Amino acid sequence: MLNRLPQVFKRKNVEDTPKQLVASQWQLMWWKFRKHHLALISLVIIFALYFISFFAGFFAPKAMDTYYRGYTSAPPMRIHWFDDGRFAPFVYAFDQETDPLTYRRTYTINEEEKIRLGFFVRGDSYLVGLHGIPINPIDKIALELDWHLFGTVDPDQPFYPFGADDVGRDMISRLIYGSQVSLSIGMVSVFLSLILGIFLGGISALMGGWIDNFIQRMIEVIKSIPDIPLWMALATAVPARWDPIYVYFGITVVLSLIGWTGMARVVRGKFVALREEEFIMSAELDGVPRVRLIFKHMIPSFMSHIIASATLAIPGMILGESALSFIGIGLRDPVVSWGVMLNDALNIAAIAKYPWLMLPGVALVITVLAFNFLGDGLRDAADPYH
Amino acid sequence: MLKYILKRLLYVIPTMFIISIVVFITIQLPPGDFVTQMLENMRNQSSGATWSPEFEAAMRQRYGLNEPMHVQYYKWASNILLRGDFGYSFMNDAPAKKLILDRIGMTMVVAFSSFIFTWMVALPIGVLSAVKQYSLADYFFSFIGFIGLATPGFLIALVLMYLAFKYGGVSLSGLFSPEYEGAPWSFGKVIDLMNHLWIPMIILGVGGTAGLIRVMRANLLDELNKPYVEAARAKGLPEWKMLIKYPIRQAMNPFVSTIGWILPALIAGEALVSIVLNLPTTGPVLLNALLQQDMFLAAGFLMLLSFLTIIGSLLSDILLAWLDPRIRYDDV
Repeated sequence: MLNRLPQVFKRKNVEDTPKQLVASQWQLMWWKFRKHHLALISLVIIFALYFISFFAGFFAPKAMDTYYRGYTSAPPMRIHWFDDGRFAPFVYAFDQETDPLTYRRTYTINEEEKIRLGFFVRGDSYLVGLHGIPINPIDKIALELDWHLFGTVDPDQPFYPFGADDVGRDMISRLIYGSQVSLSIGMVSVFLSLILGIFLGGISALMGGWIDNFIQRMIEVIKSIPDIPLWMALATAVPARWDPIYVYFGITVVLSLIGWTGMARVVRGKFVALREEEFIMSAELDGVPRVRLIFKHMIPSFMSHIIASATLAIPGMILGESALSFIGIGLRDPVVSWGVMLNDALNIAAIAKYPWLMLPGVALVITVLAFNFLGDGLRDAADPYH
Repeated sequence: MLKYILKRLLYVIPTMFIISIVVFITIQLPPGDFVTQMLENMRNQSSGATWSPEFEAAMRQRYGLNEPMHVQYYKWASNILLRGDFGYSFMNDAPAKKLILDRIGMTMVVAFSSFIFTWMVALPIGVLSAVKQYSLADYFFSFIGFIGLATPGFLIALVLMYLAFKYGGVSLSGLFSPEYEGAPWSFGKVIDLMNHLWIPMIILGVGGTAGLIRVMRANLLDELNKPYVEAARAKGLPEWKMLIKYPIRQAMNPFVSTIGWILPALIAGEALVSIVLNLPTTGPVLLNALLQQDMFLAAGFLMLLSFLTIIGSLLSDILLAWLDPRIRYDDV
């Protein structure tokens, strides 16, 4: 370990020692990570996504369940930024016509009626804070606000910058609210599988013998069942009648019941490899207690690898939730997630007429791409001594 | 070699045994059983009529659902093992076996053809990207590859369906034209299948192809830097001949071992894509069976899908051992 160089050496040559030699492990990793531009950009994108999802109410023009009767499946509205040469954003209202024969609705732009838009307007009220967490005192830590970044000046007027769904709710607002579920479910599932993986992988490596053998066989068995059919089978075991919050946790458990296997393999591999390292051997010979050895020496030295693998596991979890909700056995209305929204696009007739229903797919691809690049960057940086 | 194959074959037995237990427990997890589900459906249809507990008990008796779980498991497992009987599909009032085999057969056709597609596309592109590293083509395929890795099959299926409908005016769903749907197998039906098969083949293949291109590129780049390549060049071997004779063959080894994970991914992805495209494969029936708690049908599907993946990884291990003798000496 370079950060445990003898004190004398550090102090004496501090001027002419290359900074790489005295830098800490995390410092070295950061320098290496910084060179990976795509990963850096992805990190910024991911931060932005989580930021928007935390303040969803502020960034969404409307509440997620606000609908307007005359605007079911309305197409996206074009925003006009200038009116008579002055900056005054507005959209034209739509007139709805129903074909008497086919009942198909068509929308025409009503040039008479302008819906005024503005930044920092007041509209539907929303909560910001920890209200989503179902534990009694914690969920009270939330603020009720009604300021929106961008929206209609008159809170009762409709505004559909990316079209409306079949109930007449704003797609972009639902997309932003949906990110709360879609983005958090990836984190929570990976966290759960991380705990299971570190625990079982650790036991497997440290105990050895038949326990090791048993856990390894178990991992092989779970890995050889195709994941999506198994997810489907497990997801149908989560009763649809449950309270949404229980369904949410049910789905995270379903996802992590399979996800832990990958983590456990990484953890076990690292433990086994570390046992051979000299610094662990010398600590052992020094009589460091076993628990201290594990938590003070072994875990910190492979934590970076664990973080990298966890990051690479997140997109799989996000896609898993989306896939399950998409085919209707994951989360369901009134919960909004990207998968739940995509469920509306499951039939060809709907996407042919209303292609904007595929919008959550775009959000999914961007998120998954960003996590993949970030994970790649982290994995490369995880081992700064090579 | 024979010893290695035999050992790997024996290994399948305990694995399948544990899988069968896992599958059976998973299928039993949802609250209630087929009879509760059926009664609820009947109640919904006849607006609130009720059935006596005796009737419910009789139904359970008839389907063998009143027995303890281990007895049910034993009957189910021994029937599959001894008689090849996958139990009874409550939902369809028919033996599950025929349903499962028909659908699994089509799944294999789809998965295998996408597998071939994956290899045929990934191998040359991987070689090209490695040989012409940092060229425009390399960047282009890397970019496409990243997008392909990040886009799940069901989204590609949605987008393709939209494009085909919008610009071609055709519906992409299904594997057969209506006139061949229920027809017995004939030359015309095979041609019709070929005409439909390429869509799911590409949709499923994209993700795997993207992954394989990266594997092939990385492997070949490692090999290209080795001294023997330089030596072969110095001896005046034409570049393409040298490539095919030495580094590509070396780089193929880890590439072959990817069959082990490509096949499960294809089979898993197929389940979703087939629901979107409404293919006559496992996906839609499995989903329905799971929702209706038609347990033997669902369990049979899960068992056979797992069996397929195990056979896939077995084949890839054997192929690898055959290609690279070092592996079998290490392992036996």
